[in-house]
Parts: sequence; structure tokens; C-alpha cells
Amino acid sequence: MLTEALVVSAVLFVIGTFGVLIRRNAIIMFLCIELQLNAVNLSFVALSRYLGIDGQVFVFFVMTVAAAEAAVGLAIIISIFRHYETVNVDNFNLLKW
Amino acid sequence: MADILFYVFSAVALGSAILMVTRKNPVASLLYMVATLASIAGIYVLFEAHFLAAVQIIVYAGAIMVLFLFVIMLLNLGHDYRDDLKRGAGAILAFIVAGSTAGVLARQFRGAEASPLYDYFRGAETIDALLAEKGAVGAIAQPLFTDYVVAFELTGILLLVAVVGALALAKRRV
Repeated sequence: MLTEALVVSAVLFVIGTFGVLIRRNAIIMFLCIELQLNAVNLSFVALSRYLGIDGQVFVFFVMTVAAAEAAVGLAIIISIFRHYETVNVDNFNLLKW
Repeated sequence: MADILFYVFSAVALGSAILMVTRKNPVASLLYMVATLASIAGIYVLFEAHFLAAVQIIVYAGAIMVLFLFVIMLLNLGHDYRDDLKRGAGAILAFIVAGSTAGVLARQFRGAEASPLYDYFRGAETIDALLAEKGAVGAIAQPLFTDYVVAFELTGILLLVAVVGALALAKRRV
């Protein structure tokens, strides 16, 4: 079951990467980053079954950081929306070369 | 039985992840994400990570996804059915980057049996004995409050900073 879980984790990570790059809606891009974090968590949990409990402790920390990141990121999206009235990333081109 | 459940959970996780990326409506995307997270929690249970499965449902599917849904509702994006997939160069770039990520990850599986990582494998019985002795929560709590106690305290500070930062960013200027 370990190899299968690692394959699922890799595919989820690729789907997340693809989603971040292909979508324009900032909230969905953010959601795809959460999916990538979850894919990595899955491989941590799968490996912790054979390598010791420390993998699960790592997942615990990743979840906490994800929660903090979601709070701050959504706050940034809200303040951007106040300014531009949209969450479409094509409109945020101030730093574009 | 566990194998069948694993494949069911994996199929649901992958299927709803793909739907999550492709749906136009943000609320639909979000609900598919909740399905993905719930099936990943199911896979956690199959790997005997019961505490993390509960935390996954409570914190991820419960708190973080509700936060996302709250923001989508607050910004009134729930009626947005416009196609927001990138076209042209952006789409080609996305396919190239995702494809090469997939290639790099797939290469890791070739010859994985010879990986030196396997020398450290202890077999599932060691973890099972630990879980039977300390329980699902105790097995995580023990290293968390001994070996990782500094990281644990720093996580508390990180959460405080995140709360203050989120408030400072999101509140209106007065």
C-alpha cells in the first residue's frame, strides 16, 4: 500500500501544481496550494507507518502552518479585493516586467 | 478490505481534486476540495494515523475550508461562472511545468526498491506496538512535548503572529 499511497500523493501534487498555474482566480490558486500541502502530508503519513511516528508530528506542524497561511493569505486577498474589486490575478500587474 | 478502501478513497481524492481544479464556480471547487480532504483523512485512518485523520477533518475540512467559503461569500464570488482558465502562453507554461514535475516525480519510482531509505524501515509492527501502548493521541503527544517542544512553542507564536497579521491586513483603515 506504501507505493500506491506515494503515487497518489505525487499525482495530487501535480494536480495542485497544475491548478496553481492554470487558474486566474486567486482564491482557487490558494486552494490548489493547500492541495499540494495535503499531497505532501499524505506521503509523510504513509512513510511514518514504516519509519516511525516523527512523520506524523511533521504533518501536525504542516497543518498548523497551513492554517496560519490560510488566515494571512485570505486577509491579503480581502484587502486586494477592496482595492481592485476583483480577485483575478491578471489585474494585479503592478510588479509585472 | 483495507486495500479496497484505499483504492476507493484514492479514486475519490484524485477525481475530486481534478474536478476542483476544473470547476468554474469557486463554491463548487471548494466543495470538491472538502471531498478530497475527507478522503485523504480516510487514507490516514488506513495508515493508522487516527489522530491526524480527526485533525484533518476538524481543522482542514472544518476550519480552513469554512474560512475559504466565508471569504468567497464575503466577496460575493459565488455567482462567478466565468471561465478563468488561462489561455495561450500561460496554459502552455502550466502544462510544461506540471508535466516536468510529473516526470521528475515519476523518475523517483523507478528503481525505488534499491533506495537506501528502505534500510531504515522498521516494519509496521513497531508503530502498531507504539500505538497499542500509548494510544493514537499519546503516541504523537509524547515526541511533540519532548523532542519537538521548541518547534511546538514556536508554532504557538506563529499562530499569534498570523492572527494579528490577518486582523491588521483585513480591517478597514479607520
